[in-house]
Formats: sequence, C-alpha cells, structure tokens
Amino acid sequence: MNKVWKWYWGLVLVVPLATFAVWAIWDNARLFFITLLNGLTLASLYFIVAAGFTLVFGLMRNVNLAHGSLYLLGGYIGYFVAEATGYFVVALAAGFLGAALAGLAMQVAIFRFMPGQDLRQTMVTIGLSIIIADLLIWGIGATVHQMSAPDWLGGPLRNLPVINAYSKYRMALLPLGIAIGVLLWLFLNRTRVGMMIRAGVDDRAMLAATGVNVNRVFAVTFAIGAGLAGFGGVIGAVELSMVPGEDVRLLLASLIVVIVGGMGSVVGAAVGATILGTAETYGLAYAPTYSVVFTFVILVLVLAFRPRGILGRPA
Amino acid sequence: MNAGAGRLAMGKVAVAPRQEARPRTFQNPVRLRHAAVLVALLVFPWMASPFVTFQIGAQSLALGLIALSLTFLGGYGGMISLAQMTVAGIAGYMVGIFGTSGTAEISLGWPWWVVVTLALAIATLAGTLIGWLSVRTEGIYTIMITLAVGVAFYYLCLQNYSVFNGFQGFQQVHPPKLFGVNWRDPLPFYYLVLFWSLAGYGFVKYLLRAPFGVALQGIRDNPRRMNALGFHVTAHRVAAYAVAAFIAAVGGVLLVWYNGLITPNSAGTSWLINILIIAVLGGMRHPIGPFVGAIVFVLLQNFAVDLVGRERFNLLIGGVFLVIVLFSPDGLLGWWVRGRRSLQAQFNRGPRAALTQRRRQ
Repeated sequence: MNKVWKWYWGLVLVVPLATFAVWAIWDNARLFFITLLNGLTLASLYFIVAAGFTLVFGLMRNVNLAHGSLYLLGGYIGYFVAEATGYFVVALAAGFLGAALAGLAMQVAIFRFMPGQDLRQTMVTIGLSIIIADLLIWGIGATVHQMSAPDWLGGPLRNLPVINAYSKYRMALLPLGIAIGVLLWLFLNRTRVGMMIRAGVDDRAMLAATGVNVNRVFAVTFAIGAGLAGFGGVIGAVELSMVPGEDVRLLLASLIVVIVGGMGSVVGAAVGATILGTAETYGLAYAPTYSVVFTFVILVLVLAFRPRGILGRPA
Repeated sequence: MNAGAGRLAMGKVAVAPRQEARPRTFQNPVRLRHAAVLVALLVFPWMASPFVTFQIGAQSLALGLIALSLTFLGGYGGMISLAQMTVAGIAGYMVGIFGTSGTAEISLGWPWWVVVTLALAIATLAGTLIGWLSVRTEGIYTIMITLAVGVAFYYLCLQNYSVFNGFQGFQQVHPPKLFGVNWRDPLPFYYLVLFWSLAGYGFVKYLLRAPFGVALQGIRDNPRRMNALGFHVTAHRVAAYAVAAFIAAVGGVLLVWYNGLITPNSAGTSWLINILIIAVLGGMRHPIGPFVGAIVFVLLQNFAVDLVGRERFNLLIGGVFLVIVLFSPDGLLGWWVRGRRSLQAQFNRGPRAALTQRRRQ
C-alpha cells in the first residue's frame, strides 16, 4: 500500500470518528467523557486478560480457549478469599496464584506431551473449558456472584471537571492496567526469563539449541498467562459480575483483542484492548442494539486490511 | 495467476496420485456394509418408537449433516471452522423470519419454497463471507476468527429485537404440510432428514474424488506447492467454505424444523463447540465420521440422565471429548480402523504361525 492510500484510509477512518466525537461532545459532553472513561477502564480489564492470552499464544502457538474459564476460576477464588480474609489485595494475589497453578498443571500434565501440535492442543483446551465451566457450576452454582470493591476504593471520586463524579474503583483500574503493562514490558525486556520468552517467540528451536530448558520457559509463560487471566477475574468480579457465561464473554474479548492488536504482541494487546473497550462502551451508550456490530465491523476491517493484526508480524 | 491456468492444472492433477494408486480395473464402490447400513437406516423407524425415530434418529442425522460440513472443511481442507453452527443458525433464523412463526410481528409468512431458497442462499452467502474473512490468515488463526465471528453472531441475536427478536428468538417454526403429508410427524421427518443426509454424504464423497476435492486436499497438505503448480489457493479455500456453508445451511433448516424454534442459544458457544465435538468424536478422516459422532453425541445427551444426571451432561461430553482428543486423534473411526488392522494382522499371523509350527515338527 503506498503513502497516498494510507492517507486515504486514514482519512476515511479518522474523519467520521472525529465528526462523531465533535457532535457527541457538543450534544452531551458528560455522557461522552463518562463513556470514554468506561471504555478505557473496560479496556484495562481486557488488556490484563488478553495479555496473558497473547503471551501464551506468542510463545507456544497454543490458542488457550480455556482462558475464559481460568478468568472465571480466578474470579471465584478471589471472591471466596476476599470473603474469608477481607483483604482485596490478598484476593487479587489468590486469584492470580490459583489460576497460575491451574495453568501450570495444564502445561505440565498435558501440553508438554504434545509439543507443536497446535490444533490438538486447542481442542484439549476446548475440552478443558467445558469441564472447568461445568465443575464451577457444580461447585458454586449458576447464581450471580458480585464482589464489592474494598473500602478504600469504594464510592465515587468527586469534584471532577465535566463529569462531576466517577467510581473510584473503576478509575483505579486505569493506572492498574498501565502498571501491569509496564511491569510486563519490564519483565519481558529487562529480565533473563523475559529474554528467553522473547527468543522463544522468535524461534523455539534455536532457543532450545542454546541450552535453555524450553519446557521450563513454557511452564513459566503458561503460569503467568493463566495468572493474568485469574488476576483479571478478580478485577472483573467487582467491575462486572461472575456468572456462568462470563467466561465466554472474556474469551471472545481476548480473541478479538489479540486478532485486532496482533497475535503474540503485548503492545498489540494494549492497542486492541483500547479499541475494543472504547468501541463496546460507545456502542452500548449510543446504539445499544447494535453495539456488537461495531465490534464485528472492527474485526472485519482489521482482517481485511491487516490480516495479522495492527501490530502483528508474520509468524 | 489467472483462473484459466488454475483450472487447466486442476484437470491434470485430478488423475494424479490418489486415483492411480488404486488398480485400474473398475471396482464397484458400493460394498456390502454400505447396503447393510442403508437398509438399517430405512428399516430403523419401523422397529423403533416414534420418540427414538424423531429424537435420536432425526436429530443425529441433522446434527451429523452440519458436522459433515465441518469434516469437509477441516478434514479435507485443513480449516477448522467453529462457525458452521452459526451458518446453520443463520439459515434457521431466515426460516423463522421469512416463514411463519409464533412471532407474527416479524415473520413475513412467505411460501415455504421461497423461504427455504432464501434461507439456503443467505446462509451460504454468510458462510462464504466468513470463509473469505478467515482464509486471510492461516492455520490455528482460523479457529479463533471463526469462534469470534460465531460468538459475535450469538450476541447480535441476543441484543437485537427488531430482526432477531432477542432472547426469545422464533417459536413454532414448523415444516410445511405438503403432498398431504405432515412433515412434522416423526416418520416423514425422519425420512426427510435421512434423504438430505444421504445426499450430503454422497455429495461430499463425490466432491472429494472430483478435481476440486483433490485440489483441496493438495492445498491442505501443501499450500505452497499447490500455489507453485498454478492453483489459486485462496479461491479454492473460499469455495470450500461456500460448499460447507451450503451443507450446513441445509442442516440448519432441518434442525430448526426439528426443534420447532430458534433462539440465540441454538447458535451459542456451546453449540458451536458441540459441532466440533461431534466431528472430532466421529473422526475427521471420513465423511461418515460426523454421523457416527452425532449418534454417539445424541445418545449420550439422551441417556446422560441415567449416567450422571441431566445437569452434568457437559461434564460427561467434555470428558469424552477430552479422552478422544488425548488418546485417539482420529476419533471413533480411528479406533475402528486400528481395531480392524490389528484383527487383520492377527488373521495374517495366524496361518503363518501355524505353518512355522508345522515345519518345526
């Protein structure tokens, strides 16, 4: 695609969006900015969950369709730990650890024995997701579980310009998402294990040839990826709610985020999550019955023009 | 490369390896076992109760037909699409929207042949578009993209009330009364589904030996080489999606008549995955696989009550699926083939072993 076309498509995308933004701000500035914040905070949750998905995918070519189930598992663990201890931070840690252990078990017990068979691994994750979902319904029931925000994050943040007040908890998600992103970036780019993971994403065989125990790197990555899903689950248990079916919703979000952002790229996950989160909330606010259509249109547009995602590289 | 060159090359490859490996003499492809199965299928409803005929016979055949489209795509085209149930669901929704249903405000009540034609056409078109989208990327990405599309369609049906009637969907969607036969009765409906299942099976069997099918299998095994041979890889893949979409659409129309209703859940995630389970359960190496898988699936579904209780069906089917994927990647057919081979090996070993013993004496 040459420069002129790039400009053309840029204009085609930017002009209607800018027009919409100007109209929406002029029409109802408060609604517009609240929706923007809602979108960004939702994006923050999507990013945390999808980053784990894309990390695992990038290294192992393993499409973990049980990722949504791990999200729900982490959420439930967080819920019960918070009920027992009363500390939200402990619940977050427990959600992360619980899901990470589950992910580790999956990698060590199953995926280790079928390296390189990505389709078969994916089918296994489908089977596992059905089983985990049903076990959760069996053990916990199909009722809605809603976790309340901790006291120090409860209630609204007052005296904000334009929008007056906004939920403290949701506002806190924004820096949290950014912090997780930065930590993940530091981990991947500044630590030895992160270096191994990046090398593995580029070339598994060469990494193994340099004497690195690839299976251990895989196990660490899988644990972190699953842990992020569980961590997101605890956050989502407050922001959304926990009920059978949420696992599918978050799985769909993760899929779209990594397809749009580019598979295997953490920065891509951030970009994809921002696009998906804002598109979803603006859709819900301004055209409720067709909000999912926007998501779909974005998916189609990205696949049509950048089949590997916005920041995707050829595998 | 242009289409003409592709078609020329296709003609050349059509008589290549697969066919030539077999003896040149004419072999009647119809074996005793085919005739036996056909007779069993035709006689079955006369031996079974109407409940079994309808609930187990007709349902497994309709589900098998939809899964057949996935087997064709996945087993022979190498593209695992999770959106085949979505295509079937679109066909079902079109039957509800254009035909008659309990929701008179939306349903248009057009004559059945217009409805069925439109439903098949729209669903095939939708399936082709899904294919066009997902062939832009390869391999494992396909499963993600088709799953995303399928779940997005589910949410669209759930949220949209003006066209898809939201959560409720369409109730009382029945097959037409034609030629003095009420096609909703178990016996006629069973034969209707049986006819289309056999047609679908025969069609896929034929297509796999036709130049298109052979080229498709070549593309599955080595897309780069096929491209170098002058085949338009993408066009073949999209065409495979179109064929699969048509088969799934037929299955979808039959399934909506079987259920008598269509709701978002009919094309929800669990059903998207159930179709994959059915196809994998039976085995993707042969077009009979999805039907075998569907029968096992429906039997499990109906008798799960006695085994684990109705509530825990998902646990059972998930477990069975996991066992199959872990221990027999070729599904139940894989076990059948392996069993037959080991039997043959024993049979061959038998006389020879006897011979050596005699020599020793």
